[in-house]
Amino acid sequence: MSIFEYNGSAVVAMVGKNCFAIASDRRLGVQLQTIATDFQRISKIHDKLFIALSGLATDAQTLYQRLVFRHKLYQLREERDMKPETFASLVSALLYEKRFGPYFCQPVIAGLGDEDKPFICTMDCIGAKELAKDFVVSGTASESLYGACEAMFKPDMEPEDLFETISQALLASVDRDCLSGWGGHVYLV
Amino acid sequence: MSPSLDLPPKGGFSFDLCRRNAMLENKGLKAPTFLKTGTTIVGLVFQDGVILGADTRATEGPIVADKNCEKIHYMAPNIYCCGAGTAADTEAVTDMVSSQLQLHRYHTGRESRVVTALTLLKRHLFNYQGHVSAALVLGGVDITGPHLHTIYPHGSTDTLPFATMGSGSLAAMSVFESKYKESLSRDEGIKLVVEAICAGIFNDLGSGSNVDVCVITKGHKEYLRNYLLPNPRTYANPKGFEFPKKIEVLLTKITPLKEKVEVIEGDAMEE
Repeated sequence: MSIFEYNGSAVVAMVGKNCFAIASDRRLGVQLQTIATDFQRISKIHDKLFIALSGLATDAQTLYQRLVFRHKLYQLREERDMKPETFASLVSALLYEKRFGPYFCQPVIAGLGDEDKPFICTMDCIGAKELAKDFVVSGTASESLYGACEAMFKPDMEPEDLFETISQALLASVDRDCLSGWGGHVYLV
Repeated sequence: MSPSLDLPPKGGFSFDLCRRNAMLENKGLKAPTFLKTGTTIVGLVFQDGVILGADTRATEGPIVADKNCEKIHYMAPNIYCCGAGTAADTEAVTDMVSSQLQLHRYHTGRESRVVTALTLLKRHLFNYQGHVSAALVLGGVDITGPHLHTIYPHGSTDTLPFATMGSGSLAAMSVFESKYKESLSRDEGIKLVVEAICAGIFNDLGSGSNVDVCVITKGHKEYLRNYLLPNPRTYANPKGFEFPKKIEVLLTKITPLKEKVEVIEGDAMEE
């Protein structure tokens, strides 16, 4: 069994018209046993920047705490919030630092940049950034999510449509994956 | 609590988690696969300079993770580098050497030379004995003329008139070996590079999507992103998806975002 399949996860982020949506499943498991059905994978960095960490839950929590620490230091020094592109570079650098002994998590970052332009990106566990203009996926259900999002995504969706699309894509994909499920959390900004 | 704070580190790799990861692997949990750029990257020297070409597919195992990624990285205004291998390694190594070249430019006050970039890259890669898995095609035009080099993950380099790297390198090399000649013109050069990349895209499973081309000549560079799109998405339903059954929402929480307070510049306080 792969280290990524220890806890199970499914995360997806999509871009709409001046908005973004990030969604994750709610299951936390230990291999095949479910130990929580309301696990929060998506965390807020600041009002307009969210990060979801799929993969090993312990590494996700540790990495999140380090990122919050770095962002707070940044806020104290610069007296403003971090832009999503800058934050993505920060996460990438933190992950690449551990190149030969990595954190077993794949982050999905979603935020609103200057003039409320939506920004999404994902990375593999050593920090290789993958920017996309439509959607990004991560987690054990990622193969199904790729398929569902390719079919269901339309560019420039309004927030209500975006919510519907991302939820349908997430629920359809986790139904085909044993290690993720139990509903979903969706953040729409 | 250990006294060492989690301050921003001074740089370089940190091996903190290696022991834990080795323990997990002993317990039978397999390590993850990294994002690889399956890739076909090529370069050739033509009459006035250097042309670099790359495909745009990034794979994660058998799945295509990114259909349009950038593999031609900026090193200096007159030097570009294509990268194959582990995506994080090529990005990190090219960014790092690009910064070092910038500092060197400030220090010397001169345009960067391709051999400088070459030496910086090969020293770094040899240092890590091939574990930093980045195979690069470095090309540029400096005061001494046009140069094209290939750099292997273990740190060895070659200087060639035409070069290919990546999983599609054999397909692309076959095109170059049969059609390359000395002193090609710009258009002939671009045509040959595009043909080589297309050979890689269509015959190699690790390469695909679009073709990126970068033309570097003395004092001028042209980065043609998505020069050719030979794999458009056909048969997409124009009506889109209809959802007959609406999503059941269990809880909705709407948080209006507070407007940030504007700090208006005022007079300094009187002592």
